[in-house]
Amino acid sequence: MIRKKKCVAMLLAGGQGSRLYALTSNIAKPAVSFGGKYRIIDFPLSNCVNSGIDTVGVLTQYQPLVLNDYIGNGQPWDLDRSFGGVHILSPYQGKTSSDWYKGTANAIYQNLHFIKQFDPDYVLVLSGDHIYKMNYSIMVNYHILKNADCTISAIRVPIEEAPRFGILNVKKDGTIYEFEEKPQKPKSTLASMGIYVFSAKKLYKYLEEDNLDPKSSNDFGKDILPKMLACGEKMLAYEFSGYWKDVGTISSLYEANMDLLGERPKFDIFDTSWKIQSRSPLAPPHYVGDGAKTSNSIIMSGSEIFGDVENSVLASDVVVKKGAKVRNSILMSGVTVGENSVVDYAIVDENAVIGKNCFIGEENSAENISVLGRGITVCDGAKIGGGQIVDKDVRGKK
Amino acid sequence: MKAVGIIFSNIHDNDVSELARIRTLGSIPFGGRYRLIDFPLSNMVNSGIDTVGIITKNNYQSLMDHVGSGKDWDLARKDGGVILLPPYGELQNSTLYGSRLEALKGITSFIFRADEDFVVMTDCDAVCRINYGDVIESHVRNRADITLVYKKRAIKDENEKATTFDLDKDGRITGVNYKGENDVGEVDNCFTNIFVMKRAFLGDLVMDSISRNKKHFMKDVIAANLKSMKIMGYEFKGYYAGITSLQAYFESNLSLLKQKVSHELFGDRSVFTKIRDSAPTKYGNNAVVKNSMIADGCEILGEVENSILFRNVKVGRGAVIKNSIVMQNSVLGENCSLNCIITDKNVTVTDRKNLSGSMNHPFYIGKGIMV
Repeated sequence: MIRKKKCVAMLLAGGQGSRLYALTSNIAKPAVSFGGKYRIIDFPLSNCVNSGIDTVGVLTQYQPLVLNDYIGNGQPWDLDRSFGGVHILSPYQGKTSSDWYKGTANAIYQNLHFIKQFDPDYVLVLSGDHIYKMNYSIMVNYHILKNADCTISAIRVPIEEAPRFGILNVKKDGTIYEFEEKPQKPKSTLASMGIYVFSAKKLYKYLEEDNLDPKSSNDFGKDILPKMLACGEKMLAYEFSGYWKDVGTISSLYEANMDLLGERPKFDIFDTSWKIQSRSPLAPPHYVGDGAKTSNSIIMSGSEIFGDVENSVLASDVVVKKGAKVRNSILMSGVTVGENSVVDYAIVDENAVIGKNCFIGEENSAENISVLGRGITVCDGAKIGGGQIVDKDVRGKK
Repeated sequence: MKAVGIIFSNIHDNDVSELARIRTLGSIPFGGRYRLIDFPLSNMVNSGIDTVGIITKNNYQSLMDHVGSGKDWDLARKDGGVILLPPYGELQNSTLYGSRLEALKGITSFIFRADEDFVVMTDCDAVCRINYGDVIESHVRNRADITLVYKKRAIKDENEKATTFDLDKDGRITGVNYKGENDVGEVDNCFTNIFVMKRAFLGDLVMDSISRNKKHFMKDVIAANLKSMKIMGYEFKGYYAGITSLQAYFESNLSLLKQKVSHELFGDRSVFTKIRDSAPTKYGNNAVVKNSMIADGCEILGEVENSILFRNVKVGRGAVIKNSIVMQNSVLGENCSLNCIITDKNVTVTDRKNLSGSMNHPFYIGKGIMV
């Protein structure tokens, strides 16, 4: 029997995410923590599994250690399979040439042999920096039903935000007739979500041609898709209407976390019909002490709360000491907030330690999010203003 | 010094009959996300024991579901790992075993097949962190035939059937006593049901006892041989909570709210359990929580005080939960009030209900019941 998969997913997770500054100085963007227990990559990975796609190649390049460690054998997502499953694909040394991934298309091109061993009919290309829940199998079925060569998932955005996106101009039947990359005067508000379904044979053809073109920047958005359109391939937009957020910037990452809060959150991670799986920490339930206050927040296991927590997202093993106030903030796992310190409108990365009587962030200042980097120590009494990004220890003046 | 572990998952089922009616003692939920067997099983793993047999008797579906392949304890091994040992009935007289000795008879092949030098046997009736390696070390140092672990503690309540030891100055056990209702409050060397001996010695002991038609491991094998065998006591000095009754279960759960206790048990994050994915816990605008332990996946809109909430518990608006243990997937309706209640899994308390037990007599609500 010839074994094959109908659809293989390729997840682009090599991005540096330089607009997340201190949060990505040691880890790749898809490995950034989100929503108390997740990492960004949990969303596309869980979407794959929930959509019945059990073969996923994860393309890594920038600082892959945490990401590789996190994905491991894929067991938390049920992707530890004997045929298929999740595979980490790093740049490698070849017999004739060895290269870093030069662009998104080149990354896939260098791993065509990985795709071909599953002999898929369709290839799904995903990016590892979006927060959303989507059933890819519906999109793949739409692609099959319409007999398309390439289908691009798209979402309506406000017209004033359209210039930030790749805009798809489509005919009534959903066929794309024009791409506009970050247009000044957008003709439509239909933005590409960076999710593509290709008929496998067409993808192979265009990737191989693209590789031979010395002028190409080897990028899907800039090279492959325009070329396919120019060659008259059938390209469709698949309109998605759920929650979708590109978390490539500090403010969008902050907003997406805050969207989880509230009794009717904008984005519901409690929905058991579309579970987001992740590698769970091994920690006892969290403890809320006698003098603590916890309102409109998300708190993860292993944390110990003795102060006030309001409108915040706390990951596992966070300690908020007596008299401390954490408001409108995101504390990633292992963070300690010392006695009587105030943290407001801040993102504090894993294992950072904030001393006593500190003041981090600025009151009522949602536009100026402060960021404390991974594992840094902030000495007692320090003050870090709104919008500051700190990735080194803060020591007292002596 | 390699050892093989044997865990008796059922032996004290009758002590906590309410909770063990539908499951083994070992699979009784504890401390928000654990089950009782997690403690001996994690202790084994943390002591370097990687072949563990779990003896079961009845109602062990929940146990099988929990332990699974043993992956979560790092015990899914090609060589060794965790093995579930269901009762081994003979074709003709297939009654289930009635005592520890009979249970051991049923697993002699497991005992003889192992190649480790020592065996550590334990029950699931206690919550503690113990290094069995230390016990084995003392066993070897004392050139003992059998080492029994005891804890100096007060006998808790009249239902507790404690076994206590008399020791000589070297720690050798010279007498075995069985305590009853007249001894409540008395501090004694209480047996923890943890045994250490050479594996071959246990095998011989069991085979010999079978041929002599003995019934009771403690009475007929241990207590009867205090002179002919060197049986030593090993005092365990750490935190120890015996789950000897529903009341004891209630109290030892609530004792986790003491930081000292929860740090001793969980501080180094090495009590392993089956990982189930839940979202983090969400607090509503008017949530008020004090001195409580809350597992993942809960949604809290009301008040919770001195309580332990397991995974995915919903506390409705205006609800007041005090001194209670609320197990997985229970839903507590709006404006209801609970005081000194233990709810089993999947319990629903409808809006505006008032339920109350008392601190020395908690009220138990069975699995799946709607109140």
